[in-house]
Amino acid sequence: MSREAVSQETLSREVVVANSQGLHARPADMLAREARKWQSRIELVADAQRADGKSILEVLTLAAEAGTRLVVEATGPDARQALEAIGSLFERRFNEQNDQES
Amino acid sequence: MLKLQGIAVSPGVTIGEALVLDAEGFRIPRRFVERSAVDTELARLAAAVAEATREIERNRDAIRSELGDQYAAIFEAHLAMLHDERLQQELTSAVRDRNWWPEYAVSRTLRRYAKAFQNLDNHIAQRAHDIYDVEKSLLRALLGQRRETLASISQPVVVLAHNLTPSETANLDRRLVKGFATELGGPGSHTAIVAEGLEIPAVVGIGPFLADVSGGEPVILDGNQGVVILQPDEETIARYRQELEAAKSVAARLGALRDLPAETTDGVRVQITGNIEFPDEAEHCLARGCDGIGLYRTEFLYLTSKREPTEEDHFAAYRAVVEAMAGRPVVIRTLDLGADKMLTETRPEEERNPCLGLRSIRLSLRQLPIFRTQLRAILRASALGDVRVMFPLVSTIVELRQARMVLADVMEDLAEHGIAFNPKMPVGMMVETPAAVMMLDVFIKEVDFVSIGTNDLIQYTLAVDRGNKEVAELYNACDPAVLRLLSRSLDVAREAGVPANVCGQMSGSVMFTQLLLGLGLRQLSVPASAIPEVKQVCRSVSVADCRVIAEKALAMDGAREVKAYLRDQMRRLLAQTVA
Repeated sequence: MSREAVSQETLSREVVVANSQGLHARPADMLAREARKWQSRIELVADAQRADGKSILEVLTLAAEAGTRLVVEATGPDARQALEAIGSLFERRFNEQNDQES
Repeated sequence: MLKLQGIAVSPGVTIGEALVLDAEGFRIPRRFVERSAVDTELARLAAAVAEATREIERNRDAIRSELGDQYAAIFEAHLAMLHDERLQQELTSAVRDRNWWPEYAVSRTLRRYAKAFQNLDNHIAQRAHDIYDVEKSLLRALLGQRRETLASISQPVVVLAHNLTPSETANLDRRLVKGFATELGGPGSHTAIVAEGLEIPAVVGIGPFLADVSGGEPVILDGNQGVVILQPDEETIARYRQELEAAKSVAARLGALRDLPAETTDGVRVQITGNIEFPDEAEHCLARGCDGIGLYRTEFLYLTSKREPTEEDHFAAYRAVVEAMAGRPVVIRTLDLGADKMLTETRPEEERNPCLGLRSIRLSLRQLPIFRTQLRAILRASALGDVRVMFPLVSTIVELRQARMVLADVMEDLAEHGIAFNPKMPVGMMVETPAAVMMLDVFIKEVDFVSIGTNDLIQYTLAVDRGNKEVAELYNACDPAVLRLLSRSLDVAREAGVPANVCGQMSGSVMFTQLLLGLGLRQLSVPASAIPEVKQVCRSVSVADCRVIAEKALAMDGAREVKAYLRDQMRRLLAQTVA
């Protein structure tokens, strides 16, 4: 019972798209790849739109430009670790090169 | 039902099955899979995914060795999209549960994703390209060599495309293509002119909408209102069918006008000539009772062929028109293209402002061999009937004199070789720039006729690019500045005793017929489709009344006022004649 309750807990964290090109195909791919490593369900929320974090196509259709604030939600047993890993991708600006001055 | 508003460029209404051209001009019909074939089709889909994967991997590897990992990453992303679990589930379900043909499922599903980008600004909208790329790879793998092109259609369709080039438009099969609509394009674009010439109803400049269609569904195209209706409901279809029937009976009534002269109620004979682009349009004009061809555009010769047209190409086209006209005048306008559309190797530097650049007579005078070839053919055709030549976009007297000199030189050449032509072939110029209007009293002494091209005259007078959505509103034939220039031109021509006509969209719109007659115009050159209506108006009005209308319009301050007034006058007239 209590185990079940823990595994269904939804954790969330706000992130900002900081790389100058926004969430285009390559970072969306990195994000979805990372999300798929975890058991938890991962969703990205931007205003009224919600996307499955494990689907590159859904992530892309958020059309998130540089500066967009997103909420990452993770639901499942490894939600905390998943959020951390995904949050760090945003912090590292998806390792975009030539992006230091932006 | 989805109603889309675009720009009406070629009149007529049509109801038919949509044929969607993808970004590469291929079509994806809406087709269904038999239940028993679902597994086979799913296997075909899986094989296509594998094939597309190999293709993308090949590209990735090639780019990686050439440019490095950073660039190859984009192909990794394409692979990820292709193998996106959601996408795969959706595709499988579309085939298994909805029995969609895999091609159709791929196109429909991926376009739904791409649609998320279409209303966003350009910078992000570009990202839809990645999704379209994946769509293309999959379709290539699915269709293999069986991709269908416009050339292979076998039943009537309404073509929906991102854009059609003038040559694609010119090559449409008129028996099967009942209309077309495009996301890009503006009024007065060459594609629009070609569509009107072909008498195919057309709407352009709709903006992004192809993500909403897949082909095969019914579509209504209203080329009068510039409206396209996707998946229309029964009621709308019924209403349009009624309209089609009504249009037929009006057409029949107007058809009765064919052999009647365009003569006003107070006995003034008006010449109504046709504007044509293709030689076989001459028949369309004759069938509607034209008095000749007032504007024969010759650009199609350059646009429909991959090579430079020869003298014989020109001559064959002109001869066909001259012979069809059987003694009626045929005014041939020399090449009116911009440098950007020419086929020559020596393409000048890209122009920042092509409308103000090297085009029309300026280009002809720069490319003398091409110009001479065309003039030779026109002169040879002049031996066969009443051919007249006209130079476009003349803005200085020097250009006119130079053009006449080249013509004289070509005449001499033909005479030397004993080739027949009419040495007295009338030579005219188009009045399309404010400069030409202001100096017309000078020009008029050196020409046999003038033709006022309102499309360009409006554009240059009001400094508006009619293809630019932001300012297209300012492009208005009713602007008092335009009316004054027209009035002045017609006065100068009348005083000099030189015939003047007006071609361009203004003369083909019945809203302006009374105004133009009132300003003193006695020759109108209009698209074939407009001949009956314009003739009908001419036969219903008196020049005396038209003068009053023109005087009132000329005294007005703004385009809006003029437009409201002319509309009102036209409605009154219609109420009288239709009743």
